[in-house]
Amino acid sequence: MAGELICACRKRLTSGFEVDASLRIGLAESPVTVLFGPSGAGKTTLLRLLAGLEQADSGEIRFRDEVWYSSARGVRLPPQQRRAGFLFQDYALFPHLTVAKNVGYAARPGRQRKLLEAFGLAKLAAEYPRAISGGQQQRVALARALAAEPALLLLDEPLSALDAATRGRMRHELRRMLIEGGVPSIVVTHDRVEAVALGDRMAVMVDGRIRQEGPVQEVFRHPADAQVAESVGMENVLPVEVVDRQGGLVTVDVGAARLECLDTGVSPTWACIRAEDVSLARHTPEASSVRNRLPARVLSVLLEGPLARVELDCGFPLIAAITAQSAADMNLKPGDLVYAVVKATAVHLTA
Amino acid sequence: MMDWQAIWLSLRLAASTTAILLAAGMPLAYWLAFSRRRWKFLVEAVVALPLVLPPTVLGFYILLAIGPRSPVGALYAKITGGMLPFSFQGLLLASVLYSLPFTVQPIASAFAAVDGKLMEASWCLGVSRLATFRRVVAPLALPGIATGAILSFAHTMGEFGVVLMVGGNIAGVTRTVSISIYDQAQALDYAAAARTSIFLLAVSFTVLALTYALQRRFWWRFW
Repeated sequence: MAGELICACRKRLTSGFEVDASLRIGLAESPVTVLFGPSGAGKTTLLRLLAGLEQADSGEIRFRDEVWYSSARGVRLPPQQRRAGFLFQDYALFPHLTVAKNVGYAARPGRQRKLLEAFGLAKLAAEYPRAISGGQQQRVALARALAAEPALLLLDEPLSALDAATRGRMRHELRRMLIEGGVPSIVVTHDRVEAVALGDRMAVMVDGRIRQEGPVQEVFRHPADAQVAESVGMENVLPVEVVDRQGGLVTVDVGAARLECLDTGVSPTWACIRAEDVSLARHTPEASSVRNRLPARVLSVLLEGPLARVELDCGFPLIAAITAQSAADMNLKPGDLVYAVVKATAVHLTA
Repeated sequence: MMDWQAIWLSLRLAASTTAILLAAGMPLAYWLAFSRRRWKFLVEAVVALPLVLPPTVLGFYILLAIGPRSPVGALYAKITGGMLPFSFQGLLLASVLYSLPFTVQPIASAFAAVDGKLMEASWCLGVSRLATFRRVVAPLALPGIATGAILSFAHTMGEFGVVLMVGGNIAGVTRTVSISIYDQAQALDYAAAARTSIFLLAVSFTVLALTYALQRRFWWRFW
């Protein structure tokens, strides 16, 4: 179903912080929209405004042809009538109900069984939420939300309650479940890799305002302004091709160079490397555990306060951020030949 | 011998008081737990008054408020043809007011302890506020609701000052167990007073022990 979600509203919190968010999401072209921004940017507040859990001070929220909120027309639909499924950070499963009863809480009978099957929860049907793992709890929460046949799904940092290992696995599973669920979704996150893995489009929120909106790769590569650039902070998003995978490592081709990375079990199309995770050396460090040592030519050195931003060519364009002090110690100049060193664990592969 | 008439009257009074307080106390507790009104503290203070007010003072005001010349008393007389002071109904009304904080406070804090996100999750699933209360809040607050019910029951069983002020001492109508014990002690019938007292003590202890045991088992199930 096509249509748009249009939100333009203002809300002043008791702390004095003001959210003033304008957002327009084409539901057809973006099945999953990531709402990205640093902590305290107002992402959760915006999500709660959309769900009807908070009332805006002024503005308008429209979903397809329904008016959810309009200060001008005095419309304030309660959450029950918006049909926006909400996934809380800690899942908020009902502790006194079994997995089956949680999923069936707001479902028609046939749908409860179908979702339990589809989410691999049939065997856990009689368990209570405290008895199952974090990843399973997340599946229950998602199944419960989808069981109510929502028109829109709002997810507040859905992976933040999981441990690091599970999180890596669940990123791709969540994306698959959201796409298969067929409900347009908005996912709040402050994790760059999560944004790349989950989203089709992303909106960047800083200080209560939406600063940029567009396809995920596009926003990472071309931040609209310095503040967005600082908050997205994933300077290197590179297209990759898998060459080999064994022993828990994946070897990928990036441009004319090769990288070894941790195997996360996905077939990757992008490698994400933060500039801070790239270090530079004059000589190849022989006795090092680091997997990736790439000969590189320095293209430019730009000082930004205590940091130096070094643009490199190592068969593909790579940006490194090192301290201004080390740049001075190494006497880095454009044209120098150096080694760019990247740990396999610092390369985040994503589909 | 034991004053069975008084015991039966006290049980009836305690059961009726508890039933009324549960019906009226839950909405009040819900409001106290979740309202964001600025003047909520005033209502909280009024609800807590019976905790600190001497029973005789409370009884005195209730007596004035339900007397035949007061609006409440006049209205009651017009509808039922009877009078509230020194009647079981008057005693019941006084008991309800006197035990209000004992029911409302534990229930309100049990409601407030229910994670707000669970209620919001339910609303977002399209379930009304009333149904959310019935399906999520009340089951999770069950130990608090039980505590409130048991405390109001036990408190009514033992009340004395208010009963004497509002109900007086009419056998079979307003003479409760505690009044009966007082009478027996005044008449120097210590044996009878001791029998009735030990009965009250045993009942109170059993009820409280049962409550705490049940609460422990309840929480073990989910956490």
